[in-house]
Amino acid sequence: MTQDTLIQVQHLSRHYGPNVAVNNIQFELKRGEVVGFLGPNGAGKSTSMQMLTGNLAPTTGSIHICGIDLLDKPRQAKTNIGYLPEQPPIYKELTVDEYLKFCARIHGVEKNRLTTAIDSSKQRCGLTEVGQRLIGNLSKGYQQRVGIAQAIIHSPAIIVLDEPTVGLDPIQIREIRSLIRELGQEHGVILSTHILPEVQMTCDRVQIIRSGELVFQDTMEALEHQFTGSCLVIGLGKEVSEDKIRALANVDSVERITSKRWRLVFDEGCEQVQDIAEKIITNGWGLTELTPEQKTLEQIFVDITTSEEVQPNSHDANDHSTEAIS
Amino acid sequence: MIFILAAREIRSAFLSPVAWVMIGVIQIILGFTTAFNLQNYIEVIQPQQHLLTIPYGVTDMVVIPQYGLLAVMMIFAMPLITMRVFSDERRNKTLTLLVSAPISMTEIVLGKYVGLLFIIVAMLLVYAIMPLSLLFISKLDFGLLASSMLGIFLFMATCAAIGLFISSLTENPIIAAILTFFSLLLLWIFSIAKGDSPDDFSLADLSLFQHLEAFQRGIFSSNDFIYYILFSLAFLILAIRRLDNDRLQH
Repeated sequence: MTQDTLIQVQHLSRHYGPNVAVNNIQFELKRGEVVGFLGPNGAGKSTSMQMLTGNLAPTTGSIHICGIDLLDKPRQAKTNIGYLPEQPPIYKELTVDEYLKFCARIHGVEKNRLTTAIDSSKQRCGLTEVGQRLIGNLSKGYQQRVGIAQAIIHSPAIIVLDEPTVGLDPIQIREIRSLIRELGQEHGVILSTHILPEVQMTCDRVQIIRSGELVFQDTMEALEHQFTGSCLVIGLGKEVSEDKIRALANVDSVERITSKRWRLVFDEGCEQVQDIAEKIITNGWGLTELTPEQKTLEQIFVDITTSEEVQPNSHDANDHSTEAIS
Repeated sequence: MIFILAAREIRSAFLSPVAWVMIGVIQIILGFTTAFNLQNYIEVIQPQQHLLTIPYGVTDMVVIPQYGLLAVMMIFAMPLITMRVFSDERRNKTLTLLVSAPISMTEIVLGKYVGLLFIIVAMLLVYAIMPLSLLFISKLDFGLLASSMLGIFLFMATCAAIGLFISSLTENPIIAAILTFFSLLLLWIFSIAKGDSPDDFSLADLSLFQHLEAFQRGIFSSNDFIYYILFSLAFLILAIRRLDNDRLQH
């Protein structure tokens, strides 16, 4: 295991009576990485997060935080984690400054570094103006920011954020996303969310969990590469038979959208766009539209989380994880 | 670490009006009874003192009953102080903050308890002003005063431990308060059920009030002292186990 492996999770399971909330998941988190944890409601995202942060004991499996076993030495391991649960753990009767001071102290920030730590985390989360105000009087968005400030105040190696942008306005969401990216430079960040574009924008790697099992795990780059330009929508000036459309290029399948619009699906990324366009024009079909369609993360997400059978991709995911572990 | 948690506990307790109002109202009630007892002492008991072989002093007749009354009032008051200790943290999901921090469950519970003890000491200091004001007009039996203050402190500390445990059971402070109230009431009622001879074990031996008596007569009995300590410890350990249970596999 290298120095930069921050979290190593092996064979992690958690049962609630007869229900299996999380079933034998394993993954790694490296420094400088933002991992998105995706899944439908009740898939086991929050349970996994709670186990990672020591709020829930796993039924089986092990969690190593910066090489320290979380179950054997919780105290040492927990100093390396900052955690924002689903609902920010804030004391509404305290002011932002008082609250952050308390958080810093229980996380073992030394007294002489207290002011610096509070100031820098306030500044990062845009809380400098509201330091003297009662948390209970702040808006939901600001309370959420206080929650994030709390998670980063002791500059932990690992930051675990459970749905950090819930209840924020679009501008705040953008700010928080850029903050997460920024945090991802020097820390390892685990982010759970329902919001798919958020994962696309902030994460280096995505993990999809369904019914407690990790069904997909790959880097964002590989994911985007895999699904770029796999479809092409063409609009024509007149009606053309399906056979003629098929003859245009080496397509996997052809789908009729309307009488004059077609969707061409390719096995691999389509590099034949120019070719197709030329053919259509020489045939005099009257090209009106030519749109490459990308399979979005949302489609992948829906595919994976709703399919009855395990997707072929998930085999990849398992291969990845076993590679990563060994 | 325990003191950081205790400090926050005290701060939160005194940021809500409950503690202030409670301390104030109890002070007013104690003021009335002290005035009444004092008048009674001056008008009725003092003229008859020459008839008694061992005369009662003002500490016996005015100060000690005040602490007896305080103990009874604690049945109502202590649940209001302890109710929010853990149930509020559960309800607002702030317990996660403490559990995720590098602190053990024992430290969390002890931190809260030490916070409560500070609140109790603050209350007792406020309530000691009135007895001490008698020094202007009389002498006081400081030994007796110290013993009954120690007694009432142990009594309140034990009530606090019970309340703290019950607060860890529920998310709702009101339910915690009601359960604590009935538990303390039961432990008070037990003192009626005395055995035929003092050596017999009886329900009264479990009563929180039974063990206060000796302290109020100026006797420091290790028996009673250990009773209070064990009782408190038991409930603190139960609270730790209860909170650990949230995390563990059932």
